[in-house]
Amino acid sequence: MKIPLNYIARNLWTRRLTTGLTAAGLALVVFVFATVLMLDEGLKKTLVTTGEYDNVVLIRRASETEVQSGVYRDQATIAASHPAIALGQDGQPLVSKETVVLIALNKRGSEKPANVVIRGVSQLGLTLRPQVKLSSGRMFRPGSSEIIAGSGIAKRFTGAGIGETLRFGQREWTVVGVFDAGNSGFDSEIWGDADQLMQAFRRPVFSSVIVRLNDSREFDAFKKDIETDQRLTLEAKREQTFYADQSKALSTFISILGLTLSIIFSIGAMIGAMITMYASVANRVAEIGTLRALGFKRRDILAAFLAEALLLAMAGGVVGLFFASFMQFLSFSTVNFQSFAELAFGFTLNPAIVIKTLLFAIVMGLVGGVLPAVRAARMQIIDSLRAA
Amino acid sequence: MHTLKLIIKNALRHKLRTTLTVLGLVVATLSFGLLQTVVDAWYAGAEAASNTRLITRNAISLVFTLPLSYESKIRGVEGVNGVAYANWFGGIYQEPKNFFPQFAISGGSYLDLYPEFVLSDEQRTAFLRDRKGCVVGRKLATQYGFKLGDVIPIKGTIFPGQWEFVVRGIYDGKQATTDTSQFFFHWDYLNETLLKTVARRANQIGVYIVQIDNPDNAAAISRAIDAQFKNSLAETLTETEKAFQLGFVSMSEAIIVAIRVVSFVVILIIMAVMANTMAMSARERLSEYATLKALGFGPGFLATLIFGESVLIAAVGAGIGIALLFPVAKGFSAQLGTFFPTFEISSKTLALQAGAALVVGIIAAIAPTVRSTRVNIVDGLRSIG
Repeated sequence: MKIPLNYIARNLWTRRLTTGLTAAGLALVVFVFATVLMLDEGLKKTLVTTGEYDNVVLIRRASETEVQSGVYRDQATIAASHPAIALGQDGQPLVSKETVVLIALNKRGSEKPANVVIRGVSQLGLTLRPQVKLSSGRMFRPGSSEIIAGSGIAKRFTGAGIGETLRFGQREWTVVGVFDAGNSGFDSEIWGDADQLMQAFRRPVFSSVIVRLNDSREFDAFKKDIETDQRLTLEAKREQTFYADQSKALSTFISILGLTLSIIFSIGAMIGAMITMYASVANRVAEIGTLRALGFKRRDILAAFLAEALLLAMAGGVVGLFFASFMQFLSFSTVNFQSFAELAFGFTLNPAIVIKTLLFAIVMGLVGGVLPAVRAARMQIIDSLRAA
Repeated sequence: MHTLKLIIKNALRHKLRTTLTVLGLVVATLSFGLLQTVVDAWYAGAEAASNTRLITRNAISLVFTLPLSYESKIRGVEGVNGVAYANWFGGIYQEPKNFFPQFAISGGSYLDLYPEFVLSDEQRTAFLRDRKGCVVGRKLATQYGFKLGDVIPIKGTIFPGQWEFVVRGIYDGKQATTDTSQFFFHWDYLNETLLKTVARRANQIGVYIVQIDNPDNAAAISRAIDAQFKNSLAETLTETEKAFQLGFVSMSEAIIVAIRVVSFVVILIIMAVMANTMAMSARERLSEYATLKALGFGPGFLATLIFGESVLIAAVGAGIGIALLFPVAKGFSAQLGTFFPTFEISSKTLALQAGAALVVGIIAAIAPTVRSTRVNIVDGLRSIG
């Protein structure tokens, strides 16, 4: 016969202070664990939505990032004439020759500068990125000193709001629109006319060429053509892979740091659970003896104490997860080690994270509860009855 | 004396529980100390910066360069004692994960400006004589086993191609906090290669390092330098080396803040564990406390007992944690290699660890003390724990 759950739950309730403190310790660990997973997920989501699967990025071989790359005008023209590239409604190939540089801007309300990506795009830049939509204002006019800012940038940087001006490259640039890129990496960029920006920055070369393929399956052949062409010193990557690669270091850093911390912290919380469960066993020696005398088996006692530990852990897990879910309202911005530019991303909670987090809490409960439960189950009836 | 004996006896009554609590405290103090050291390592570059060095760079951002011709103009500014320059090379040694900073430097003038990089005279001469020579830091040399005369191949990312450098010198740091994970080679070598391959990128400088006579003049000299190049194609931004380094730190500020917050979370976790231990002990001993009260001991004595035990356990745990921090930090730093140029435990970290443990000990004792001093003797004697 099994010991009823009601009895187990009441045991926890009787010692509210102890239960509360232990659960609070567990909840803090769960909070840290869940937050790290959410952050990593947020970063991944941002980068996956940044790239379009059908788009291909061409950059100079071995340059890793757009900022370090340089694509000559003649190379860009040769690459843009490849037959695998899709044609738009007007019969022009879907190609955007872009220039990408970093500029140092001050954050609003502080003197601390951060590097912001400024991207010069061609006419088709927006067509190639369907996730980018103007949320207010208008598009910049080609050939003018006008720029549009990503929603993340407009909010956080001085002079990047609509109607404001930024000064760089010996010119004043007016922000005429703010675009929303659906939480992708483009939200942390400023866009302008490629030719104007290249002139302002005195850069005779493009940074990258973005093309849309006719058929996504042609990617391998296209890549081979580009990379074996003697006239070009370019490499081709799918846009999605390109952005994922670019934040690999940051993502690895966040997950390794976060998981190491969670594991170290969980040791503390498991010790807490163990102390509580040992005390719970020690306080109820006579009770355990009585239960055994009534006919409950050793395994029932074992199960009861394990269940108590699990209940405790679940309480901690649910509380921790509850508070972690509020992190979704916050966003996190830091420098991406590889591209050296500021990148903003959010905390994303999904069912997989909820399950992982609760499992983590359960494991902590089990590890903390198993030794005390074994001690309870191994007690001799006579001894424990006498102990009272 | 008797009180102390009683406190120690009390602490040892539940050996298992006390051991577990101490263990928890050790883990918490250790991880707290480690996290603080990580944060310190982040600021190491700024801490080590000299206050008589200024950095001049392109005002747009660091990816833009400055013309070589600025050198003599900067040198002419009043109060400037020396000028050197460097370019960030950003190459890859074998694999992208083997990251270490590489700079193309202006030879002797650069080394003169950094007296904290200690290099023997023969090695210095050998480096200056060999155009393909390079100088590496001790930490970097140890990590990858670089020896004098070795040829190091590096794949350029900003400057395309496969580059080879010959190790001509290995520098040591003057202080423990000096960054010895850097790699220096001749700017001339870089420039000559660029003249042959991409001539438009030649004769360009990443940053100028400016030595000034008096740190008090830093702001005035910075303004004077920037004023020279106002409204030119390459406007400059001059700041102290410290401000320049802090600029890098502030870019990853969110991560540092997160690490800081998390390092205090571990203290909260252990506070909950410790408070729990003390609450349990006090509840079990309620009848004893009542007996003590009946014998005429005042609430002050009970408070001493409980606070004493709590602080004692916290102190033991923190003591072990602090002692373990040194070997653990050493191992940690060896694992990470050149990721953090320096990884030194500061005395502030040790003080914070001790302080945090004391706070945990005191806070954990509050609730049980209040409860035991309030309990009336009859109820206390009746309670069975």
